[in-house]
Amino acid sequence: MLAYILRRLIMIPFLLLGVASVSFLLSQMTKGDPLAALVPERMMSNPDIVNAVKAQWGLDQPLPVRYVIYLGNLVQGDLGTSFSTRRPVATDIAERLPATLELVVAAMIIGTVMGLALGLLSARFRGTLFDSVARIFALIGSSLPIFWSGLILLYLFSVRISFVPGTGRLPPRVTAPPDVTGFYTVDALIAGNIPLFLQALSHLALPAFVLGWAVTGVITRLVRSSLIEGLSLDYARTARAKGAPERTVLVKHALPNAMIPLLTILGFTFAYLITGAVLTEAIFSWPGIGSYAVRAAASLDYPAIGGVTIVGSVAFLLANLLTDIAYAWANPRIKVH
Amino acid sequence: MTAPLLDLRDLRIEFQNADGVRAEALRGVDLSVNPGEVLGIVGESGSGKSIAMMAFLQLLPKGARVTGSAKFRGEELIGMAPARIRRIRGKAIGCIFQDPLSAFNPVLRIGDQIAEAIRLHDRTVSRRAALKEAVDLFEMVAIPQPERRVHQYPHEFSGGMRQRAMIAMALANRPELVIADEPTTALDVTVQAQILDLLADLRRDLGIGLVMITHDLGVVAGIADRIAVMYGGRIVERGPTDAIFYDTAHPYTAGLIGAVPTIDGGGQLRQIDGTPPSIFGRPPGCSFHPRCPRAAAPCRTDDPDLRPAGGSRCACHFPLVPAGAAG
Repeated sequence: MLAYILRRLIMIPFLLLGVASVSFLLSQMTKGDPLAALVPERMMSNPDIVNAVKAQWGLDQPLPVRYVIYLGNLVQGDLGTSFSTRRPVATDIAERLPATLELVVAAMIIGTVMGLALGLLSARFRGTLFDSVARIFALIGSSLPIFWSGLILLYLFSVRISFVPGTGRLPPRVTAPPDVTGFYTVDALIAGNIPLFLQALSHLALPAFVLGWAVTGVITRLVRSSLIEGLSLDYARTARAKGAPERTVLVKHALPNAMIPLLTILGFTFAYLITGAVLTEAIFSWPGIGSYAVRAAASLDYPAIGGVTIVGSVAFLLANLLTDIAYAWANPRIKVH
Repeated sequence: MTAPLLDLRDLRIEFQNADGVRAEALRGVDLSVNPGEVLGIVGESGSGKSIAMMAFLQLLPKGARVTGSAKFRGEELIGMAPARIRRIRGKAIGCIFQDPLSAFNPVLRIGDQIAEAIRLHDRTVSRRAALKEAVDLFEMVAIPQPERRVHQYPHEFSGGMRQRAMIAMALANRPELVIADEPTTALDVTVQAQILDLLADLRRDLGIGLVMITHDLGVVAGIADRIAVMYGGRIVERGPTDAIFYDTAHPYTAGLIGAVPTIDGGGQLRQIDGTPPSIFGRPPGCSFHPRCPRAAAPCRTDDPDLRPAGGSRCACHFPLVPAGAAG
């Protein structure tokens, strides 16, 4: 097992090299001109300024040279300098990644707990009113666009009834807790600052729920269908023939089997949300990777786009690795070598 | 004569398909099993042999309507409350299923699955004690290295060992009746013989009643005291094993016997032409008549009742042995 994990970890840099190369080439092939992001429009006609800017950002070098420089920097952990923030992309991302991770982790917890509970209950009481309600709730979560459900919930719970505060990670003019994990909720607890923890938690609650609702939908349907399938299989009949009551058949026999497909979806969803929480971040002014990516793409900020791509790829590769490990743990028929 | 352990009277099962069409899968079955007796139930797929047993254990999917009577130790099982029949399932009646690979839960250790069977009926037994019990059961069914084996998963067992483990699980609570549904069908021929020997030994040592469901007359020939042959949801012949083999009355039974390979027989195996009828398209009259070499006019219209014939009882207008008092 350990050898397998090591081998997979060794593979990651090579896969990243591929990702970096493709993303570099793709960004070169786009029609947009990065100079537009760097040079104010009225100075575009001044060749001296344009050439100076080109030289400053290395845009005067031929493509292969730029590629080699890019990869060389990448190996040293240098993702380049953002055209628009004029700061190292790595610094930008390091600052924003914890916000996204906190949001995504919270959403995954909400989605997994609600999805498992609803999936279990609707499989147990399939065909009843509860089953229908749970399935509709799941369907809405997974099909409503977040820009809509997010706005509606924000309006209802923040504007109309002030159940939760507005957007952002903390109220304005409140200082973030000392940085340990980058998760404001966790850091506030570490600092022993309970009021700050509650503030951070109440800011996190709504965006995490909106994102978690979408996850709930996917998980509920998967869990429900895997469980119902499991209940019709031979091993379930065996359990009943042993005298097991139906809920034991469901929880002790069908559920462990349903965990196998669930783990795959969880890993994939988590990785996807690292860069896919864009809409939630935009609506709730959440200073994460998603909103950074949108801004980078809109302003043709190639270094930033490349940086986000790399971060997203690392998230996918690590999530895949963790999924495979969890999969082997949940499914005794899988042996990793 | 002692009171039967299991007594089925006019057991019927009706299914409804997705279009609302109703069909009778079991059409009035009378059977009994005495304590310590082995009853073989023989028939092709779809003859109703397995669902007859699953029906009174209430293990059929929802939508199956079961009527008639099934008394176990004098207690009616049809319509029994789920909580009560659960205390009988796996306790007084054990089940062995056809394919032990799919019948075990693939993600749970075999020992834990056997321990569960014990603890479901006696919460006072600790997990550890139940696992110890599983080791003893493994010894009883001759699984080598039982201490190590109980910690393994189903896929780590060979087919024969898996079926031994399945038998161990069925016997976990010392049942009075064991229902073995095609226990050897998924196994190699040599392993089949070993499992049959094991079942015969256990039955003799423990004095359990055993119902052996199979499509292969050869499987029950050496072990069953009595045999019931089923076709199209009914019993077409039943009687003592010797009478079934040496005094065969029903043409269908004769066909099944002809299809059993023998070592000295040589020549070609005889097959029964045609296929068994679907429960949604059963022919009128005797359901075997389209495939029967002796079929005549009454067979196409009248479904015959079980009547004494030779040493057994047979549902046929033209039995192979003269009708007579027996059964």
